[in-house]
Amino acid sequence: MRVDAIRNGIVIDHITAGLGRKLYNLLGLENVSAPVALLTNVSSAKLGRKDIIKVDANIPVDFNVIGYVDPGATVNIIRDGSLVEKRRIEMPEMLVNVIRCKNPRCITSCEQELAHKFRLTNREKKEYRCIYCETKVALL
Amino acid sequence: MRSVIDVPDLTLGELDHLMDTAEDIIARPDRYSEACHGKKLATLFFEPSTRTRLSFEAAMYELGGNVLSVTGAGTSSAAKGESVADTAKTVSCYADIIAMRHPKEGAALVAANNASVPVINAGDGGHCHPTQTLADLLTIRREKGHLDHLRIGLCGDLKFGRTVHSLITAMSRYDGPEFVLISPEELKLPGYVKNDCLREKNIPYTETTSLEQVIGELDILYMTRVQRERFFNEEDYLRLKDSYILTPEKMKKGRPDLCVMHPLPRVNEISVAVDEDPRACYFKQVLNGKYMRMALILMLLKEAGKL
Repeated sequence: MRVDAIRNGIVIDHITAGLGRKLYNLLGLENVSAPVALLTNVSSAKLGRKDIIKVDANIPVDFNVIGYVDPGATVNIIRDGSLVEKRRIEMPEMLVNVIRCKNPRCITSCEQELAHKFRLTNREKKEYRCIYCETKVALL
Repeated sequence: MRSVIDVPDLTLGELDHLMDTAEDIIARPDRYSEACHGKKLATLFFEPSTRTRLSFEAAMYELGGNVLSVTGAGTSSAAKGESVADTAKTVSCYADIIAMRHPKEGAALVAANNASVPVINAGDGGHCHPTQTLADLLTIRREKGHLDHLRIGLCGDLKFGRTVHSLITAMSRYDGPEFVLISPEELKLPGYVKNDCLREKNIPYTETTSLEQVIGELDILYMTRVQRERFFNEEDYLRLKDSYILTPEKMKKGRPDLCVMHPLPRVNEISVAVDEDPRACYFKQVLNGKYMRMALILMLLKEAGKL
């Protein structure tokens, strides 16, 4: 399978196989009008199988979302057909409006204007908790 | 602006300071009778509560301050759809300090993030109730003389009981605690509390369904009410509400220096006949709560530069 090289945009590489679609959805890429490719189960020397996302446009991307979904992913920034930056991703300390608190007793369930904020409480376990009610978010 | 949302917001040194202040208030109340003269406490209670609100208000009056009070969401601007953030900003214009109870978890944090005066969480749903824990700590220290190396039995609703979770978190910061968790299967302590507070710190605990079997081993017996308002399902509440009732017969098996506590209000989980037992400390706990709230109001107003 071939996907054309992109001229200006980003390539999110080394996504753990199976997490590409989740990342695609959380980044809101379904709303992007530019060409976007989601490749799943691509052969990888490093991972065995991996997912890749290519966006052929200079759109703002929330790196915190990538860090939350898959901190092992890498981001390549492409300008004029050349790789200008390769970024390693880390788990963010705080997630703002990336995921929603599902606790019906949480204040965010009734105050619509309130940002949904989750703090990283255990890096090893990849554990985030709502800053308001401390409900733990389920692992991806 | 410093606020207190949960007990871990306070260091062990600050807890000691608050308990020392409370003891000093008990010993020399006259010294504090004008300490908050000209200051106003706003009590914003969006959920039914009698004792906590009265305790805060009594605390402020005994410090020589004044109280502005809102009780019930139905009579406040919340009924018109005002957000907690806007309420906190508005009330900050009138009061020097706010005590807030709200049915939603995290509401106190939202208020604290938006108020320009200190906010004390007086209970946010089933989440935190730090001033109850402050009352509990002072009661234990006054009754036992220390807070370390105690075997603490917690009985009743350990699943929804926020006072239980807070007390475990607080006592796990002291040396050598041991917990005995007494509850029906359906109301056992949640796994995350066991993990975060007990297993990760290697604090010993046992779980049992029998109060009689363990009461003789305890330094502290902390009874709780099965709370109707924490259940979505009335049938579950009715089935579990009478799970554990402490009677004079059961008290006979307790040690002579057992300290029986309860955050109150009780329904029927402690027989009224137990009240006469000198080991019943739950009404002392109420009084201690007022003194700790006085100490906390003083500390926060001083830190805010208002005293």
